[in-house]
Formats: sequence, structure tokens, C-alpha cells
Amino acid sequence: MKTIIYIIQKEFKQIFRNKGMLPIIFMLPLLQLVILSNAATFEVKNIKFGYLDNDHTSTSRALVEKFNASTYFNVLTDFPSKAIANSAMLKGEVDVLLQIPQYFQRVLQKEKNNNLGVTINAIDGAAAGVENVYVTQIIQRFNQNLKIDLLQISDQQIQPINIETIPLFWYNETLNYKTFMVPGILVLLITMITLFLSGMNIVREKEIGTLEQINVTPIKKSQFIIGKLFPFWVIGMGLLTVGLILAKVIFNVPMIGSLTLMYFYTSIYILVVLGIGLFISNFTETQQQAMFIAWFFTVIFILMSGLFTPIESMPKWAQTITEFNPIKYFVEVMRMVMLKGSGFMDILPQLIKTAIYAFIMNGLAVWSYKKTN
Amino acid sequence: MKRFIGFIKKEFYHIVRDKRSLFILFGMPIAQIMLFGFAITNEINNVDIAILDHSQDATTEEIINKISASKYFSINQFIEKESDIETIFKKGKVKAVLNFEKDFSKKVIKDHKATIQIITDATDPNTANTISNYVNAILIQYQKELNKDVIITYQIVPRTRMVYNPELKSVYMFVPGVMTIILMLVSAMMTSISITREKELGTMEILLVSPLKPIQVIVGKVFPYIFLSIINAVVIVILSIFIFKMPVQGSLFLLALESILFIITALALGILISTISATQQTAMMISLMGLMLPVILLSGFIFPISSMPLPLQVISNIIPAKWFIIIIKGIMLKGVGIQFIWKETLILVGMTVFFIGLSVKKYKIRLE
Repeated sequence: MKTIIYIIQKEFKQIFRNKGMLPIIFMLPLLQLVILSNAATFEVKNIKFGYLDNDHTSTSRALVEKFNASTYFNVLTDFPSKAIANSAMLKGEVDVLLQIPQYFQRVLQKEKNNNLGVTINAIDGAAAGVENVYVTQIIQRFNQNLKIDLLQISDQQIQPINIETIPLFWYNETLNYKTFMVPGILVLLITMITLFLSGMNIVREKEIGTLEQINVTPIKKSQFIIGKLFPFWVIGMGLLTVGLILAKVIFNVPMIGSLTLMYFYTSIYILVVLGIGLFISNFTETQQQAMFIAWFFTVIFILMSGLFTPIESMPKWAQTITEFNPIKYFVEVMRMVMLKGSGFMDILPQLIKTAIYAFIMNGLAVWSYKKTN
Repeated sequence: MKRFIGFIKKEFYHIVRDKRSLFILFGMPIAQIMLFGFAITNEINNVDIAILDHSQDATTEEIINKISASKYFSINQFIEKESDIETIFKKGKVKAVLNFEKDFSKKVIKDHKATIQIITDATDPNTANTISNYVNAILIQYQKELNKDVIITYQIVPRTRMVYNPELKSVYMFVPGVMTIILMLVSAMMTSISITREKELGTMEILLVSPLKPIQVIVGKVFPYIFLSIINAVVIVILSIFIFKMPVQGSLFLLALESILFIITALALGILISTISATQQTAMMISLMGLMLPVILLSGFIFPISSMPLPLQVISNIIPAKWFIIIIKGIMLKGVGIQFIWKETLILVGMTVFFIGLSVKKYKIRLE
């Protein structure tokens, strides 16, 4: 026990004496949490909108006015010609283009129905889909107004059937993205810091040659590993604490569920990450190799965690891969407990899987650590 | 010059002899682009929903059939009472519940009006909103069928044309992004580590007392990585064309030039990182912790920049990846020439010059 305490002391001293690393370990993640959480939004707004009015009548102007009034669209210019509009589209100055044909009003009055050209830049397919919905909604509302303005009584014979839908957004009525993203980004930062630090730690001693010195001391394998990992575990829990405080104070993220449960889960989760880091450390010769591997897995873990894009939409084989992604479970648990107030029984499946994962990874790490070369 | 070539040779040997790093260097980008190209999508399909049907009559059955026939939804279960909603949401699998009111058919026939509640688990606002929109679209379609006989007057129908990506594939969005991230991080990380490594191991001192000029040392260090990154870029472009069927509307030559420019920008950033950090650990943490999330989040790779708050839109301008993503999307999907992207290109050139200038200023020929 005493030996472990000495190793822990040494590690802490090493961390706190490295003045270059301290801001990176503590400030960078929190700064990113505060700044980047604002960036992660799938909301589509400030859409760059342009139009081409070949009609110049009260109807066409009223229609453009409707787009102008909408908060989603930033109405740019009235393009004088199709060529200019196209080139603006190529330059990326406009994303949605409305073309009002000539004789628009006249045809509408005579035939009671008419077509409008809408061109949408669809490189971001999801955003294009949403933009299309907004355009359709505005035009539908415009149609309804037309009906009220121009409808004759004789038209109103049969009342159309109307199935009304009432959307109810539970747990997040205002569809605030920050409450969704802050817990997730906090998870990422805790994972990255603990994984990179633990992954680099032992391999660094190897590379510099100090590991050999430790190997010839009577320190046992398990003592050494516990002593090495404990400081990072503390750093991870510390980051969680500060992150949660920032989430509450700055973003006012609701914390419905039990804090104890969150801490309990995190304490096990960090063990998984540290186990992975140690395992990487044991299998590499240089810090460069260790970091490449750590980097490779973090990018995969991040992008396949369901944090930014939904897991349910991935193909089946990819969903199977996500089962092996610890970040996925952490993100799920954080969101469930914080935002929905899920209890111990609700997160039990994730908890069991994480615990098994921790057990296997640390087992492998201890097994693969050899005191001899 | 001969010395310089010798030095470059040494660097190449360093890299090529380290089989493990080499494997990672080439294997990982391929693995990542394959994985992400296929797996990442921000489309919504196969969402699990539950039904709470208080009527259980012909109309609700018809609507439920329509919903379950759509590729967006799969009906996970039928529940009996309102209090069950909370329980299933807390388990996390079911994302929405459709709640049909009592006597649905009767109300449709008698009052021509009936109500469905779409209760969504809005902890994920994007999914919640999309689910609600899709259900609405299905119901509007259904209403049209019901109202076939009613004449609707004054109808303006938008004819929407989706340009550059008519099938709305999310691969078109993500492949340029993944390519940018891989090039950016691999280049910046590799150079910053390989230079600080020499510092940390003490061999930098040997290089500094050699007759090689500092600039030659740096260029020699970076040169092999330019070469490796170009191979990476070529492999990624080939994969995206043949496997993901990404079109290259514009000129391949221009794409190649712009990619080389971006690689040099990233390498210059790597050099800058290495001049300000003393150990590999610091260099790595700066290039990984400092670059990874900002590049993913602020480059427009996943989240549209125009929707961000204004200060972040301003910050996004200093992310080189943002400009490169605009350039590749322009060349590959829109088919534009240099006259449309010269501004972005100039910005990248400017950044490169800035990074190199700053590193030269900060570069110490003496070790403390």
C-alpha cells in the first residue's frame, strides 16, 4: 500500500511540475466545452435565400414578402437574371433560389393553380430536406391566405377532413441543442484527456529509458499500474465535476437524475478508458505510435458514438460495431440520467456492459505489461 | 544540396523502417473513410416509435399501417396508457409515441376533425423535430386521399429541384469532411511529433551543430510527410470516387493542387506546434486536443456554419479545414473552376505563409 502511495505521489508531482501541460489538461477541455457546445446545432436557420421575380405583380411581391418575414430565411437580392443567380449559387452565396415565372399572377387567377421553381443546394442533404420543408410551409400558408382572400362562397360546399397533429417535445420543449450537446461534449473531453494521458504515460518512460529503472525495483506489476492510473482517474473525475458545474452555470442544462448515479457510472467508465490507454501503451514502442493508435480509435469512437449523428440510422453492421464503443454508452447514460432522470434500473444494461468492458481491458493491460523486455 | 538530400533520405528511412507507424499511417485513413462513408449519416430512418391507440378503429389502423410502411419508422410496441410513455422514454430505445384520441373514426366522420398527439423524446432535438415533420408529411398525404372529392382552390405548387446532390446522399457531405480531418490531423500531428521527438531524445542538438541550415532541417523533416500525405490524399480520392460514387465535376488537376496546398498548410501548422512545445507529449496534446474537436465542429463538416451564433462564425474563419471543405465541395460537387474559389485558396496560402513565418521567428537554433 505504501509503495502505491509513493508512486501516486511521484505521478502527481510529475503532472503538476510540467507547466506546459497543465493548461492543456485543465483549461483546454473546459474552454472547448464552453465554446464548442454552441457550435453543435443541426438547426437550419439564416438560410441564404435569393429570388428571381419575372412577374413583378402584387402576388409575386406578397410571396417574396412572406419569405422575408420568416425568421429562417435571410433574403438576399432580387437576381436580375438566371445566369447571375446560377453563378451566385456556384460561389455559395445563395442556397435556396425561388424562381417566379412570368405571368404568374395571371395564370393563377385563371387556372387557380400554378407552379413555382425552387432550387436548393443539396450538398448537405439533411439541411436541404429541412429547407424544403420550410419553403413548402411558407407556400402552403400563402395558399391558405389566397383562399381566404379570393374564395367564393360557392366553392365552400364540402368541408375538408382535417387531422390535426399536436407535437409535444418532452424533456426539451424549446428544442434547445445545448442541453443535448453539452453532456455529450463533456463525455468526449473526459475520454480524450484520460485516454491520451494514460496512453502516452508508460510508453514515455519506455522511450526515455526510465521504465527500466522502475522494472528493477521491487515494485509489483499491479502496484505500478494502480499507481500510474490513479492520478488520471482523479483528473477524469475532476473534469467531470468542473464540467457539470459549467454545464449548470453557463448552459443551465437540466440535471434531473441523480448525481450519485452519474459519478458512479463515470468512475467505472474511466477505468475502461484507462485500461485501453494502458493496453496501447504496452503494445507500442514510441509515443508517436501510441498516439496514432489512440487518435485512430478516438476518431472512430467519437463519430460512431451517436453524439453527433443518430446510431439508429446507421446500417446494421455499423450498429454492431458501435456495441464495442465505450463512448456510446457514456453518452447515452449521461443524456438519460441528466435530461430524463433515468434511474439505476434504466441504465443497468449500459452499466453492466461498461463494467465487463472495464474488467476485460484492465485484465488485458495487466497481462500485457511485462517487467522484462 | 547533397547533404540536404542525405538528410531527406535519413528521414525517409526513419519513417519506412518504423513498420507499425507506417501501417497506421496508411491503413487508418482507409479504414476510417470506409467506416464513416458508409456509417455516418444524419438522415433519420428506422426510428423506433410506440403507438398509444385509444380508439382502435378502422381509421387509426389505416394511419398506423401508413406509418409502419414508411422507411422512417418501425413500430416497436403498442402501449396501453399514458403513464407508460415516461417508462419507455426512460429506457431510451423508443423515440416517439403517437397518441390517437378516443373515437377517432367517429370524429373524422362527424366533425371532420380529429387529433393525434406526436409525443417525442426531445433530448435529441434534431431527431424529435424530424420525426414530427415526417409524421406530419405522412398525415398530409393521407388527408389528401380522404379529401379527394373536395375541390381545393388557388394552389401554388413548388417544383423543387435539389441541385448538386439530387438524391440527398449524406456521403456527399461527409466524405469531403472526413478527407479534410484525416489530412489535417495526420499532417499536423506527424510533423509536430517528429520534430519534438528529436528535441526530446537530444538528437536535435546533433542536427543543429551540423552544417545543415535550420531551414534545411525543417524542410527535410517535413518533406517525407508531404509525400506520404499526398499518397493518402490520392487513396482517399480514389476510394471516394469508386466506392462512394462521388462525382468529380471539376478538374482533377485543380483538386490535386488544392490538396497539396492544404497538406502544406497543415504541415506548417505542425511545424508551428513543434516550435512552441518542448516534449512530444505537449505537441501531441496540442495537435490532438487542440485540433480534433475544433476541426470536427467548426469546419462545417457536420454542423452548418451559417446556423452557429455569430462569434463562432467569426472564429470558424481561422480554421483552415473550413476553407478546404468549401474548396473540395466546390470542385467535386459543383464543378467550379479557380475563378469561384480563388478567395478560399488565397486564404489558405496566407495561413501557410503566416504559420511558416511565425515558426521561423520562434525557432531556436540553440537549446536552453
